[in-house]
Amino acid sequence: MAETVEAKAPRRIQLPVLDSFLWLIRLAAIFAVVWGAYFSLSSGRLSGAQWKDLVIFGLSQGSVYALIALGYTMVYGVLRFINFAHGEVFMSGAMVAFFVARGLSRTAMWTDQVFLSLFLVMLASAATSTVIAVALERIAYRPLRGKPRLIPFITAIGASFFLQYAIAGLFGFGFKSFPQVPALSGSFFFAGFRVLKTQSVVIVAAVLMMIGLYLFVERTRTGKAMRAVAEDQEIARLMGINVDRTISIVFAVGGAMAGAAGFLYLLVFQQVFFLTGFIPGIKAFTAAVVGGIGNIPGAMIGGLLLGGIESIGPSLVLTGLGIPSAHQLKDVVAFLALVMILIFKPSGVLGERVAEDRA
Amino acid sequence: MLLEVTGLSKVFGGVTAIDDLDIAVGEGEIVSIIGPNGAGKTTLFNLMTGMILADGGKILFDGRDIVGMRPSQILHLGIARTFQNVRLFPEMSVRENVMLARHCRTKSGVLRSILRLPSFRKEEEETKKRAEEALGFFGKRLVGYRFDQPAASLSYANRRRLEIARAMASDPRILLLDEPTAGMNPRETKELTELVGKIREEKSITIVMIEHDMQVVRGVSDRVIVLDYGRKIAEGSYAEIAGNERVIEAYLGTKATT
Amino acid sequence: MTELLAARQVKLGDAIKTGLVAGIVAIFVSAIGMVQRFDSRIIFSSVTFSYVLLIGIFAGSGYQAARPPLRLEGYEAPKAGVRNVLAGLLAGTAGGILLALFILVAGTANLRPIFPNISPELVEILAFGRELGLGATLAALAAAVLGLLGGALQLVPQRLKKAIGGTFLWIVLFALLRGVLAPVTRGLGITSLTDLLYERQGLSIAGLVAVAVVVFSSYFFLAGRVRAARGGLERLPENRRRIVVLAGLAVVTLFLGAIPQVVGVFLSEVLSAAGIFLLMALGLNIVVGFAGLLDLGYVAFFAVGAYTTAVLTSPISPRFTPELTFWAALPFVILTAAIAGIMVGTPVLRMRGDYLAIVTLGFGEIARLLFLSDWLEPTFGAARGIRRVPDIALGPIVMKGPQDYYYAILLFVLLAAYVSWALQESRIGRAWMAMREDESVAEAMGVNIVAAKLWAFVIGAIIASFGGALFATRIGSVFPQTFSVVVSVTILVLVIVGGLASIPGVMLGALALVALPELLREFEQFRFLIYGALLIFMMLKRPEGLIPSRRRTRELHEEEVEQDAWLKAEAAKQEAN
Repeated sequence: MAETVEAKAPRRIQLPVLDSFLWLIRLAAIFAVVWGAYFSLSSGRLSGAQWKDLVIFGLSQGSVYALIALGYTMVYGVLRFINFAHGEVFMSGAMVAFFVARGLSRTAMWTDQVFLSLFLVMLASAATSTVIAVALERIAYRPLRGKPRLIPFITAIGASFFLQYAIAGLFGFGFKSFPQVPALSGSFFFAGFRVLKTQSVVIVAAVLMMIGLYLFVERTRTGKAMRAVAEDQEIARLMGINVDRTISIVFAVGGAMAGAAGFLYLLVFQQVFFLTGFIPGIKAFTAAVVGGIGNIPGAMIGGLLLGGIESIGPSLVLTGLGIPSAHQLKDVVAFLALVMILIFKPSGVLGERVAEDRA
Repeated sequence: MLLEVTGLSKVFGGVTAIDDLDIAVGEGEIVSIIGPNGAGKTTLFNLMTGMILADGGKILFDGRDIVGMRPSQILHLGIARTFQNVRLFPEMSVRENVMLARHCRTKSGVLRSILRLPSFRKEEEETKKRAEEALGFFGKRLVGYRFDQPAASLSYANRRRLEIARAMASDPRILLLDEPTAGMNPRETKELTELVGKIREEKSITIVMIEHDMQVVRGVSDRVIVLDYGRKIAEGSYAEIAGNERVIEAYLGTKATT
Repeated sequence: MTELLAARQVKLGDAIKTGLVAGIVAIFVSAIGMVQRFDSRIIFSSVTFSYVLLIGIFAGSGYQAARPPLRLEGYEAPKAGVRNVLAGLLAGTAGGILLALFILVAGTANLRPIFPNISPELVEILAFGRELGLGATLAALAAAVLGLLGGALQLVPQRLKKAIGGTFLWIVLFALLRGVLAPVTRGLGITSLTDLLYERQGLSIAGLVAVAVVVFSSYFFLAGRVRAARGGLERLPENRRRIVVLAGLAVVTLFLGAIPQVVGVFLSEVLSAAGIFLLMALGLNIVVGFAGLLDLGYVAFFAVGAYTTAVLTSPISPRFTPELTFWAALPFVILTAAIAGIMVGTPVLRMRGDYLAIVTLGFGEIARLLFLSDWLEPTFGAARGIRRVPDIALGPIVMKGPQDYYYAILLFVLLAAYVSWALQESRIGRAWMAMREDESVAEAMGVNIVAAKLWAFVIGAIIASFGGALFATRIGSVFPQTFSVVVSVTILVLVIVGGLASIPGVMLGALALVALPELLREFEQFRFLIYGALLIFMMLKRPEGLIPSRRRTRELHEEEVEQDAWLKAEAAKQEAN
C-alpha cells in the first residue's frame, strides 16, 4: 500500500537557488502587471466602452478556445497525451465549413433560412473534424499506446504538419473569406455592453455545447465509460468496457467540439487558411492547462480566462508599461501566460483531473 | 553510530507511512528490515536517500543531518541503494551503467571532456577500471562480452546483480538493498546471501537490507528490525524476533486480511 | 515431433483493403498536386517522376498485400505461391478501380473551385493522354499489372528481392540527381560520363542499362560483405582500430575539403544551406537525443545567434554599430546563447517531457514575436530586419560566395560533430543518457540533474547560435520571419529521421532532407507534408531512426553468436589451466 502511494507523491527537489530565481520571476511578473495596469487605467487612454468591447471580444474568442480546449483536455484526461494535431482538426473543420457556406451563400436559403443554413455549416464542420480526429487516433496514435510519452507526442507533431500541408495541397494555400451573413450584421446592447450579433451567437452556441458535453460526460453510460477509462484502463477493461471504442468516442467528441469551434471561429474572424489551427491550438492547450488539464469545466473557464487575458492584457498591461503597438504582442501575452502557468501552477485553477501515473 | 534515524515521519495524503521512527545502524553491521507489505520499508529507503522529503525528524549520517539534501548529495556522502523493482538504465551498456555510478567520485567537466586533456583520459580509464572491478565481484556473470551489452538484455537475476554492482561502484559507506533476492531461484538466493556477507567482509560496507525471505534474513543479519504501519514494533537478533508475539501478530494479521 | 498445422495463408479480403488504401493514397497525391508537379521531371524516355510515384504506390500495395503472414508456432512456415500473386493482383485491381473512378469524376465534373489541383492536366496525365473512358480503363489495368508484379516479387528469394528494389530506387535517384552529377563530372573533367548517362531529359538507354547493371550486381554480390568488413574492423585490437578509424577520418576530411572545388557554385550553395541545418541538428541532437529534452523552440537560439551577429557586425544595425568582425563577435554570440540557454532551461527544469516541449515552443514563438515587434524595433529593426551583415574575413582573405562559405560552415559542423562525439563518450554524456532513461534514478545515482539539464541546453544553444551567426553572414541580413516554428520542427525531423543520438544518422538525415528538396525544386512545396508523414512513419515503424545509434543496433542473434564465442574461449582457457 505505502509503496504504491509514494510512487504518486510528488518528489520535491530542494534547490534554493532555483526557487529564489523562480520567486524573482513571479514577483517581477506581478509587479509588471500591477504597474502596467495602474498606468493604463490612470492614463484613461481607453474609454469605459472600449474596455467593455475588449471584454466581449475576449469572451467570444475565449469561447472558441474553450471548445477546442475540450478536445485537449478530454484526450489528456484519458491518455495523458497532448494531441498536438488537435489545432489542425479544428482548422480542417473550419476549412470545410467555408466551402459549404460558400455553396449555400449562392442559394436563397442563405438569406431565407439563416439558422438552418448556419446549422448545416456547423454540422459539416463538426462532421469533418470528427472524422479526422477519429482517423488520426486509429492510424497514428492507437498503435503507439503504452509507448513512452514522447513517442506519440512526436507522432502528433508530425500529424499536425501533415494535416496542415495536406489541407493546403487540397484546397490551396490562400486565405478563404467566409461569406457575409446579412442576418448577423450589426450589434445590440446587453447590460451596458455592446455585443455584435455574431459574438452573441458564438457565445451562446459555445455555452450550450459545453453544457451538453458536461451532461453527456456526467450522466450518460458512455460518459461513465469515459471516466472509467480515464481512471484506469485495465480495470475498465475488466469491467467489460470496450476501451478502444471509448477512446475513439473521446476523440470523436473532442473532434466534434473542435469542428463546431471551427465554424464559430469563422463567424468571429471571418477567414481561414491552412495555418489557422496552429496558434489557436496552442492557445486552447494553454486554456486547458489554465483550467486544470483533464478537467472539463476547467477547460471552459480556462478558455474564457485566456480569451479575456489575451484581449485585455496588451492594452491593460503592456501599454501601461510604455510598450508601443501592444496589440502586436497579444500572442506573446498568451504564450507568457502558458509559460507562467506551467511553471507556477501546472495543475491549473480548478485542479488537474488526471489519474496519477502508475509505474 | 553510522546512521541514526530519530523521530522520522512521513504522511502521504492522510496515510501515515512512517510514524515517529527511530533506527540506528552501526558501522560494519548487516541489518535486515522486515515487515508486512505497506509497512513503510521502501518509504524509509526513499527518505534515507533523499528521493522524498521527510515531514519531520532527523536522519543523521556520520553525525550529519541529511534531511533536505538532494539524492545526488546523499550518494556523494556515501549512501547508495538498489530498487525493489530493479531500475537500471536499460539502453546503456552494462559497463556504462556502473560507470555512471562513479559520477559523484569523478569531476571531469564539459570543457575537459571536449579538450580530452590527459587528466580526463586518466580519470576515464580509472572509472572504467573501477566499473569492471565492481562487475568482477560477481564472478564471470557480468564480465567479458557482457560489458558492452545493453542492460535490458540481461536476465532478471543478472539485472539485480548489476544494480548491486552499480551501487557498490559509488564507493558507499552504507548500502541499502531493497529486496535483493526477490524473483530469484533458491540457488541464486543462496549465492546472493553469501555475496552480501562478502561485500561487508571485503569492502567493509555497512548493509541495510529489506528482505522477505526469512532464510536470507537468518543467514546474514546481525540484527533485524521489524516495521509495521510505519512504526518499529520489534528489534533484535533473528532468534529474538522469530519468537516475538507482536511480530507474529503483524504477519498473521495481514495474512488474515489478504 | 508434433504435426504442424497447414501454414496460414494470405487473406484475400485484406489484400483488397490494402489495394483500396493504395488507391486512396494515389488519389491523395493527385489531388494535392504532387502528380502534376512531378510530371515535368523525366526519368527515362516518356516515364516521368509522377509515373514512378504511382508505380511505387501500386506495386508497393501488391507487394504488401502478397506478404506471407508471420510464422506462428505450431504452423508450417508460410510459403509464397500463386495465392500471394493473386493477392497482389487483387490489391492492384482494387486500387486501380478507385483511381479509374477518380479519373472519370475529375474528368467530367469541374472540381477546381474547391480542389485547385484537380485540373484537366492532371486528368490527362492519369489517363495517359487518352480519351476519358479508355484512359481510366488503361490506368486501372496498369495498376492491376503493377499489383501483380509487386505480388510476384514475393516469390523471389530475399537477396534478389533486395537487388531488384535497390536497382529501381537507384535508377530513379540517378535520373533525379542529374543536377548534382553534371557539375561534378564537369569539375572532374569527365563530362563524357554525363553525356553517356543522360539524354537531353532523363536517362539515356545506355545510362539506364549501366546504372541497372552496376547497382544490381553490387547489391547482389556485395550483400553481407559490408557488414562482415565492419565486423572485422571491430575485431581489430584497440590501437590498430584507432589507426584505421583515424585514417578513414582523414580521407573523409580531404574529400569534404575538395567538394566545393569540384561541384561548383550552385551545389556549394545547396550544401552550405544544408550544412547550417546539419549544424543545428547536431546541436539539437545533444538536447533531444542525448539528454532527452524535447525542445520545440530551438529556433530561438538560432535567432539569438543571428541577431547578435547582425547587431554587432552590421554597419547599419539600428541601435549600436560596433562593427566588429565575425570572429570578434563570436565570443559575444557564445555568451548570449549561453545566457539564452540558461533562461530557457531554468524554468523548465522540473517539467515533464511533453509540457517541456510546449513551453519551449512558446519560448520560440515569443522570441520571434519580440524580434518582430515595434517595441524592440530600435534595436532589431522589426520586420525590416538588419541588413548589410559583412562577410567573414580571415585576415586579408574575405569569404565571398558559397564556395568559401562552405569551408566556414564545414569547420563549424566538424567542430559540432567532434564536440558531440567527445561529450557522448564522457562523464557528462553518461549522465545525460541516464537522465534520459530514468531521471529520478539518475539523480539517486549521483547525477546533478540541474547541472546536467542546463549544460545540455547551453551547449545546444551555443551550437544553434553558431548556425545563426553563419546564416546571418551568409545571407547578409536577418529578418524575423526566418525564425518560425517550422525551423524547429525541420531540425527535429532531421534528428529523428537520422536516428536520435546517432551522429552519422543526423548527418545523413540533414543531407537527405534539406539538400534534396533544395536540389529538386518540385519537392519544395511538399516538403513539410513529407516531413510530417516521415515523423509519423518513423515513430510507428522505426523509432530508432535510419541509422540508429550504436547501442540500439545490436540484434539479438548477433549477441548470441558473440556469447557463444566467448563461452567457448573461456572453456578452452579453463581446460588449458
